[in-house]
Amino acid sequence: MATIPANTRLASERAAAGRLKSVIKAVREAPQAAVVILGGLMLVAIFADLIAPYEPTLPVQGANVFDPPFWMEGGRAATLLGTDFQGRDILSRLIYGARVSLIVGLMGTLVAGSIGTAMGILAGYVGGWVDQIIMRVTDAWLALPAIVFAIFLAAMVGPSMWNIIVILGGVYWTRYARVIRGEVLTLREREFVKLAEIAGASKLRVIKRHILPNVMNTATVLASLTVGVVIIAEASLSFLGVGVPPPQPAWGLMLSEARSTLMAGQWWLTVFPGLCILLIVLATQLFGDWLRVRLDPQLRNL
Amino acid sequence: MAEPVLEVRGLKKHFPVRHGLLGRRKTWVKAVDGVDFAIHPGETLGLIGESGCGKTTTSKLILLQETPTAGSIAFEGRDIAGLEGTELMAYRRAVQVVFQDPFSSLSPRMRVEDIIAEPLEIHTDLSRAAIGKRVGEVLELVGLQPDVAPLFPHEFSGGQRQRIAIARALATNTRLIVLDEPVSALDVSVRAQIINQLEHLQRTLGVSYLFIGHDLATVAHISHRIAVMYLGKIVESADSDTLCARPMHPYTKALFAAALPSHPDDPQQERTIAGEVPSALRLPSGCRFHPRCPAAMPVCSEVEPTLQPRDGGGVVACHLYD
Amino acid sequence: MNMGGPDMAPHPPQRSARRGEATARLGPVLEVSDLQTHFFSFGGTRVVKAVDRVSFTLHEGETLGLVGESGSGKTTTCLSIVGLLPRAARIVGGSVVFEGEDLTRKSQRELRRIRGRRIAVILQDPMASLNPLFTIFRQVAEPAFFHQQLRGRSLRERVKHLLRAVRIPSPEWRMREYPHQMSGGMRQRIVGAIALAGGPSLVIADEPTTNLDVTIQAQYLDLLKDIQRETGVALIFVTHNLGIVAKMCDKVAVMYAGKLIERAPVRELFDDPKHPYTRALLGAVPKLGSKEPLYSIPGQPPNLANLPAGCSFHPRCPEAVPRCVSEEPGDFHLDDGSVARCWLVEGKNEAGAHRGRTRS
Repeated sequence: MATIPANTRLASERAAAGRLKSVIKAVREAPQAAVVILGGLMLVAIFADLIAPYEPTLPVQGANVFDPPFWMEGGRAATLLGTDFQGRDILSRLIYGARVSLIVGLMGTLVAGSIGTAMGILAGYVGGWVDQIIMRVTDAWLALPAIVFAIFLAAMVGPSMWNIIVILGGVYWTRYARVIRGEVLTLREREFVKLAEIAGASKLRVIKRHILPNVMNTATVLASLTVGVVIIAEASLSFLGVGVPPPQPAWGLMLSEARSTLMAGQWWLTVFPGLCILLIVLATQLFGDWLRVRLDPQLRNL
Repeated sequence: MAEPVLEVRGLKKHFPVRHGLLGRRKTWVKAVDGVDFAIHPGETLGLIGESGCGKTTTSKLILLQETPTAGSIAFEGRDIAGLEGTELMAYRRAVQVVFQDPFSSLSPRMRVEDIIAEPLEIHTDLSRAAIGKRVGEVLELVGLQPDVAPLFPHEFSGGQRQRIAIARALATNTRLIVLDEPVSALDVSVRAQIINQLEHLQRTLGVSYLFIGHDLATVAHISHRIAVMYLGKIVESADSDTLCARPMHPYTKALFAAALPSHPDDPQQERTIAGEVPSALRLPSGCRFHPRCPAAMPVCSEVEPTLQPRDGGGVVACHLYD
Repeated sequence: MNMGGPDMAPHPPQRSARRGEATARLGPVLEVSDLQTHFFSFGGTRVVKAVDRVSFTLHEGETLGLVGESGSGKTTTCLSIVGLLPRAARIVGGSVVFEGEDLTRKSQRELRRIRGRRIAVILQDPMASLNPLFTIFRQVAEPAFFHQQLRGRSLRERVKHLLRAVRIPSPEWRMREYPHQMSGGMRQRIVGAIALAGGPSLVIADEPTTNLDVTIQAQYLDLLKDIQRETGVALIFVTHNLGIVAKMCDKVAVMYAGKLIERAPVRELFDDPKHPYTRALLGAVPKLGSKEPLYSIPGQPPNLANLPAGCSFHPRCPEAVPRCVSEEPGDFHLDDGSVARCWLVEGKNEAGAHRGRTRS
């Protein structure tokens, strides 16, 4: 006597309603500040050409060098946040600088994440000497101070935006590899993976359909937390002169160029870029934290 | 009688354990130590025993998750040891498993239709449409509506997930399903649903089951024949009815005595056996059960009994009946 | 077996209660009346009635089987009794009178003094109850240390005594070991020893044998019965296994969707179950030696947040009548001592049946 559960269709309708409710709840509980900051910065970066009042690399017509922000004495409304030592508008430079930070931050994280996740999965799932080799490489990599390593590489290959992205990706993948490997080791023992193996699935198939989707949560959370680190790394590289080459504005570069002026009283040249870096890193950390909490309990339920 | 779907002879699996000062001394955990049984088409063999008896290891050996130390496993007459390539795939296609925990046996990020389709994608080259149709068919077979296919596992209850697991196990015209405690984690009323469903599927499709369990009543209900395992060996094996009517081995009797009554006025069995299953690292001499056996005789500690035919059919390994 | 010791049991050993006999001398050990526990979520907008008007009584030496499937509310009922509800849950009505005192009116501080000493709880997973970092001695000694102020040699003797009471061989040696060195059955017995250490008059055991092997389970249940016989402790056994109920219990309370749908003395429940759900449960259990098809209840237990109107069981009930869909039944008392919450029971027993929410 086969029995069909009476309300299975109801279950799918209920599920749809439940999903809508949970999406609404997610939107309501999202960290508003972080989302606003990140969203705003992204819009700024994308529409920089439209938003920025001036060309970031050219001195502003009719303005002096070292003009202070508009609310101070000597400041003009035309240059809201003042000008730098070449007479370039700080605000425009900040806006264009957002592009660099975001692009390098996101792309660098993407590169790091891809390499790291791939290595982690290989090490965790294939095991054996592949695992050993990858882990030893990871250990060696981690032993080097990341920034120093990045500087070394940047000095070797010469600075350009894409070089920096690849370098930062190549430096920061190791934290991924470790964490993902740990996750994969646990996943490997889960029953659904064993079932797939018993059903005859090839290793590649198991990785593609069972392992990868289940590490995506962790990978995403790691990514959101790594973005901040990469942005700071990029700023550090720019600060040290081996980042994205001038005249393209980058926040770290702005800090570096204005180093000497901090004591001389032209504080706006360093404070504003510094604030921007602070904001974006804070926003990514908040977002990453929220993402971690949101994705983890769900993971546990699954 | 038709050729058995699965025939196991002299199956042994010993795990090495290193101990001693520098890990030099090596002993063996004899998880499975000489097991024989056969499962015929459309039949259910129940494997019952407590922790450490070897039933889980036996299932792993059948599913090729471990390789035997000795003995053979033959599927439809062919030895499965060393199978490779297409023959291995053919075996995997025909022999599937359903595990105990409904919450971890389904991939959480895959839709039900993909979960069930997976064996089909691996073993056949049916078109997407044909696979989709087959998925719908097996869902109906296990009592679920085909339109639940796009949903994710976490939207289902435990009992429904087990049905999905069974559906996946059936997708590719499976001949033998190893059911490893498939209902132990389910509520009472759901257990009944699943057991009924399994029995119905067996009658309709002629699939064989190896049903591993610890609850005597459940195993006896669904199985045609039962094998009782203790510390790596089968101590008694017989038709389900015969075994329930007349258990002969003292351990089997202990299992029956320990089984819970179905009515408060059921005669309470004599005191259950004392002690616990000894460690597999230090097996008792002679008959493995003798230290706990209420009917132990001097010979029991010296000579290990072998399986002999018993009254009413089946076999039993006990000096009481030599 | 000599249990000795002045603080082993709440009453001197010679006055042990026999199964089925209630000692009315001191009144019931536990009297739960119309208990209601609700879970609040989403800022109070969603209320789940986890325990919906549950009443039962338990006397010294009696064993009550609290039966139900997942989500029936049996564990929440027990947590409500001992005051260990999670933050999202609250007792919103009814009373829990333990040895004459209403526990629902007590502060957590007062409850802490009662828990462990006069009411003990045994949980399903012994590894969750035992601390892997401390020796057996330390864990079994703790209640005696705190509640009875025993020290030094008398404390050691007490621990040995308790371990022997739960039939742990070689206690002097065992008490220096750690939980991970013992088998599951032994661990569960040690949890039992800790539970008994304070000399409780009520023990609540929540599915303590689920993870144990069958023969070990049988030993453990026999042990519990012996201990009860000797100390007169009242026992609530929470389980979904009707076999355990048949073996251990004097009276049974069956829960479904947070409601106590039937309670009865054990024999009456098995011989003449009144509620269709109880009948279905009994029909769903395989009986040794019988190959009769099992009765399977269609559908699944309801979502407590979304209960059907009227009787919570009606969507799955093979005997539902129109009234079941619209009106929720109350408790109906019957002559044989059963109480069932079902419209079909109303009027069954002209003499004894009357609608009401009284305690039994």
